[in-house]
Amino acid sequence: MFMWLHQYAKTEAAYSLCNRLIPWFAAISMGCLVTGTVWGLLFAPSDYQQGDAFRIIYIHVPAAMLSMSTYIAMAVAALVGLVWQWRTAFMAMIAIAPVGAAVTFIALFTGAAWGKPMWGAWWVWDARLTSELILLFLYCGVIALYCAFDDKQQAGKAAGVMALVGVVNVPVIHFSVQWWNTLHQGATITRLDKPAIATQMLWPLLINIVGMAAFIFTISCVRLKNEIIRREQRRPWVQQLVHSNEAKNEL
Amino acid sequence: MNFDSFAEFIAMGGYGLYVWLSFGVSFSVMLLLVIAGWYERKILDKEIRQEAYRQQRIQVARTQAAQRKDTV
Amino acid sequence: MTTLFYGVFKRDLALAFRQKAELAQPLLFLLIVITLFPIAVGPGPDILQRIGPGVIWVAAILASLLGMDRLFKEDFNDGSLEQMMLSGHPLYQLVLAKITAHWLVCFIPVLLLTPLFSILLNQTLTMAVALFLSLLLGTPLLSLMAAIAMGLTVGVPKGGLLPSLLMLPVLIPLLIFATSAVESAAMGLSYTPQLAVIGAMFLVALALAPLATVYALKVSQH
Repeated sequence: MFMWLHQYAKTEAAYSLCNRLIPWFAAISMGCLVTGTVWGLLFAPSDYQQGDAFRIIYIHVPAAMLSMSTYIAMAVAALVGLVWQWRTAFMAMIAIAPVGAAVTFIALFTGAAWGKPMWGAWWVWDARLTSELILLFLYCGVIALYCAFDDKQQAGKAAGVMALVGVVNVPVIHFSVQWWNTLHQGATITRLDKPAIATQMLWPLLINIVGMAAFIFTISCVRLKNEIIRREQRRPWVQQLVHSNEAKNEL
Repeated sequence: MNFDSFAEFIAMGGYGLYVWLSFGVSFSVMLLLVIAGWYERKILDKEIRQEAYRQQRIQVARTQAAQRKDTV
Repeated sequence: MTTLFYGVFKRDLALAFRQKAELAQPLLFLLIVITLFPIAVGPGPDILQRIGPGVIWVAAILASLLGMDRLFKEDFNDGSLEQMMLSGHPLYQLVLAKITAHWLVCFIPVLLLTPLFSILLNQTLTMAVALFLSLLLGTPLLSLMAAIAMGLTVGVPKGGLLPSLLMLPVLIPLLIFATSAVESAAMGLSYTPQLAVIGAMFLVALALAPLATVYALKVSQH
């Protein structure tokens, strides 16, 4: 079923795939993020309870949602690498990890900036905040473990195991709200039957989620390309590529 | 448009500091990611090119040495 | 099959008991922490009762981080781990035997001293019982997780804090449930749900962690 996927185990195929996808996703991400943010900041109505502070939602919720999805994407890459012994999968994993860490940081920071006016404190040891912090530690662990090994092949496998062990934590994050049920407000948009948020407020949020996802994908592809170049620098196709790039730049 | 004036837009109903702080930091981090990716590639290309030139020089030096040996 | 398990198990125990000074170190550390805490936060019986379970749990975790090196490091350095892995015996049992030995050496003394700590930190009887049960179910989980972290980092020359960083995310849910169990006990509520969750985490780890450790050790042997 997944046979068509296997060609991308070759670094060259993965590289050209990234090259083809990057312009599309970069365009989607730019378009959506600009539209969603402008709409959210300028045109969406104020919340009757939180006033204009609720506008932080347009960056906080996409970052918080996608920090978990990004972790899952990283873990899937690790699983593919461990099961099929793909080198590109491990490269993808380590390309995604810092992006995920950055997104998690954004979620934490915006959460703090939202919490200050709403709860009166920058940081509250609430279940979701804590879980998000654990997620940041998970990303840091994977990156630190990868960096600790000199042999990057070995490093990929070790960090892959760590990423998979951490997957146990993602459901804990997701269900922690129900389990510990504390200060943090419940999920607003995943209630499919009747969204608890006005459609005028919802649209920019959805657009920003798409934009953020496309942004994460684009940056991960860029970093994957870099990783491939770094690891394959002795291959003829990389040498050729670098030299043709140089020729292009000189024109 | 939800705001009457630009000043009102900046004030964000009194929550300006928090709103603009979050958006500013978030987009700065994202911009940083973009720049880091681009810069990394530039450095990599430079290193690979330097290494190629070095290999070339070694090759040239070797052939010259071999030629000198032949003439001696 | 079971001879392998007992063989490795006995060997590890014998090795551990030959270095008695090292054996006592985590325990001493635990005692020091437990003694320092009331001095730092004040000797009021109420506050000690409230923070006691958390202090004991955190101290137990930190003490276990101290003793974690013993799991694989020495065997890895003198090559006997490689010999064991090349011997063709099922590695799952081998790793499980080592983990069991580590748990016995590291945590049984802690469990035995828990009543003493409970008295020092002014815990009521029900709280002490809940604390003991949560430690009984939770510490094997600590050993299993330590095995994964140590297996991954055993080949890294300057591992340092890395294993602790790797273990941290998995420890936090454990800590939350363990302390909330004791809290429920303090309020006179049933604490079986929390213990059940800890037990579930332990069983999942028991099934999967040795496999992950075996793989990690294989990666580290290269």
